[in-house]
Amino acid sequence: MGTVAVHGLRKSFGKVQALDGVTLDVPDGSFFVVLGPSGAGKTTTLRAIAGLEKLDAGSVHLDGKDATGDSPAARDLAMVFQSYALYPRRTAYENIASPLRARRCSSSEIAAAVERMSSLLHIERLLQRRPAQMSGGEMQRVALARALVRRPRAFLMDEPLTNLDLKLRVEMRTELTRIHRSLGGTFIYVTNDQVEALSMADQVAVLKEGKVQQVGTPAEVYERPANQWVAGFVGSPPISLLPCHAEGDRLVGADGWTLPRPRWTTAEDGRPLLLGLRAEDLSVEQRGEASLPGELYGLEPLGDRTVVDVRVGTEILKVKARPTVTGTPGERLHVTVDLDRAHLFDAGTGLALSEAGR
Amino acid sequence: MAISVDEAVSTGPARDHTPPARRFGGRGRAVLEVALLAVLAVVMLFPVLWMIETSIKENRDVYAIPAKFFGFKVTLDHFKDVFVASGGGRSALSAAFLNSVVVAGVSTALATVLGVPAAWAYSRFSVKAKKDQLFFILSTRFMPPVVVVIPIFLMYRQVGLIDNKLGLILIYTAFNVPFTIWMMKGFVDEVPAEYEDAAMLDGYTRLQAFWRFTLPLLLPGIAATAVFALIFSWNEFVFAIFLTSSDSVRTAPPAIAGLIGGTTVDWGLVAAASIVFALPVLVFAYLVRKHLVAGVTLGAVRR
Repeated sequence: MGTVAVHGLRKSFGKVQALDGVTLDVPDGSFFVVLGPSGAGKTTTLRAIAGLEKLDAGSVHLDGKDATGDSPAARDLAMVFQSYALYPRRTAYENIASPLRARRCSSSEIAAAVERMSSLLHIERLLQRRPAQMSGGEMQRVALARALVRRPRAFLMDEPLTNLDLKLRVEMRTELTRIHRSLGGTFIYVTNDQVEALSMADQVAVLKEGKVQQVGTPAEVYERPANQWVAGFVGSPPISLLPCHAEGDRLVGADGWTLPRPRWTTAEDGRPLLLGLRAEDLSVEQRGEASLPGELYGLEPLGDRTVVDVRVGTEILKVKARPTVTGTPGERLHVTVDLDRAHLFDAGTGLALSEAGR
Repeated sequence: MAISVDEAVSTGPARDHTPPARRFGGRGRAVLEVALLAVLAVVMLFPVLWMIETSIKENRDVYAIPAKFFGFKVTLDHFKDVFVASGGGRSALSAAFLNSVVVAGVSTALATVLGVPAAWAYSRFSVKAKKDQLFFILSTRFMPPVVVVIPIFLMYRQVGLIDNKLGLILIYTAFNVPFTIWMMKGFVDEVPAEYEDAAMLDGYTRLQAFWRFTLPLLLPGIAATAVFALIFSWNEFVFAIFLTSSDSVRTAPPAIAGLIGGTTVDWGLVAAASIVFALPVLVFAYLVRKHLVAGVTLGAVRR
C-alpha cells in the first residue's frame, strides 16, 4: 500500500503564498510527477508530505489515514533531496544503512540490504567512500540507494537529477523508470523539467504559484492542456499562441489571417480567443488547405530537426521541420496548420475551450 | 567559500592603489618595516620578559639598582612559593588557582550545554521576533561588569551567594551564554538543515537528528566557542574581587592582585604567580587558532 493524498495545502513564507490550496491524489504504485517552474511550490508540497514543513492549512493522508501532524519519522516515507544531503562524515555504506539503523535492523539485514541496493545502482565500489570523495552523479546514486533501501509507503524525490550534467540526467531518467518498474512502490517526483515529467510519469500534476493547474497523464497534459499557461509550459519548443476570434465558419486572426473554423469549437462569434499551435502540428514543407501566410524569421538547426521561426503578422510561430530545410530570412512562405490538433483558449481567462466535439 | 584572514581584515582594495611614495622602494622599505616591527615587538614584549626575569631572580637581584638584565642567579623559589605555603602545605595562591579551574571550567561547561541547543533552535526554527530576541540576548553583554556589579552584589547578598563559588559560576555562565549563542548560531547556520531533514526521514526524531548528525559537525565550533568562554571566565577580575573575599573561594586574578598592596611587595612571587596564571590562557589561545580555522572550513561541504 502506498497512497498519498493531500488536500487544500496552504503555506506562506512571509508575504509569499507558497502553497495556495494544493490538492493531489497519488494512487498506489504510481510514478507521480509534480511539474512546475521554480517557485511554484513543488518542493514545499513534497516537504509538506514528508512532514518537514508546518502547514497553515490542509491535510495529508497516507494510506487513507490522517497523518497531518505526524513527525517525519512516523510517516514511513523516504526522500531524495536535491542537494542529496548525504551525511558528510559517513561512508556511502553508512549513509545507505542509516534508515535501517534508525529502525534498529540487525547488522546482517543491513549488510544484505545495502548490498542489494548497491548492485541495483552499480555503486559497489563506492561503499567505503565519503561524500567528499564522490562525483555528483555518484552522490546522486548513493542518495537514491539510501531512499530505496527500505520499503516505505512512498518515495519522495526533490529534483534529484537537476544537479547532474545532461548526459547523466538522460541516463538516470531511464534508470529511475527501470527501478520504479522493478521495485514497484509509489514515487512522487518533483521537477521543473517537462521532458522528465513527460518521459517518466504515470501522472503529472502541473503547479504554478502554489496552485494545481492540471492533473493527468503526460499525454493528457500535452494533448489537452487545461489552460494557456500549461500549454505554454509543457512542450518544447513552446506552443505558439495567436490572438483571434471566430467569425461564422472561419477563425480570423488579429493580424488579418483567416483559417477554417475547427469543427469542434463552440465559441460564439467575436469572443477573443487564443489559437495554440504546437511546432509539430505546423509545416512549412507541405501545402495544405489551412495555411497562414508569413515570412521566414530564423532557423534553429537542432540536429535531428530544425525549428523554423515564421513571422505571421506580429507573432512568431515555431514550426518543426526536417533538418534539411533551408531558406533566407525575409522569404515569404506559407505555414500549413493541422487544425484537428490545434488548441483554443479563452483570451480572457486563459482556460481551454471545451473540446467535447472533438 | 571562506575568505582568508588577510582578505577579511583588509580595509580596502589596497592592491588597486599606486604606492603613495616610491622613494624607498622594495628592499629599503622592507628593512624599515622590519625595524619598525622590531621596535614594536620590544616595546610590547619587554614587560613579559621582565616578568619572566623577575620570577627567576633572587629577591636581592629583583631590587638591585641598576637593574640586572643578565648575570643574576637563577632560582625557582618563587614558583615554589606560588604553590607551597611558607609553613608547608598548600599556599593560598594554589587554592586560588584551583578555584579558578573549577569556576572557569564549570561555567564554560554550563554555558556550552545551555548555549549550543539555543543556538541550534535559533538557527533552525522560525521563532517569533527572532532578531529582537537575539539582539536582546546580545544586549546583556553591552553593560560593562563594573556597572552591574553593585546590583548583583546586593541581590547575591539576599540569596547568600556572596563569597560562594556557585555565585561566580552563575554570573560567568550568564555572561558566557549570550556569547555562546551568538557564536554557535553562526556555526549551526553553516551546517545544512537538510542533514537533519534526511535523518528525520530515515526515522530519527528531531533531537536524535541533531545529536547524531549535526552535533558532530559542530564540534570544532563548540571547541572554539568554549575556549573563548573559558578565557573570559579565567581572566575575569571585577566580579571576582567584588563577590568573593575568603581565600577558599577566591579565584586567581583577585588573589594575585591581593599580593600587591602590603607594606612590602614580593615582586618575585607576583611575577611567578602571573606566569603560572597566564600559561593556560596562552595554551588555549593557541588552541583557538587551530579550531577557528577548522570552524571556518566547516561550511566547505558540497551543497
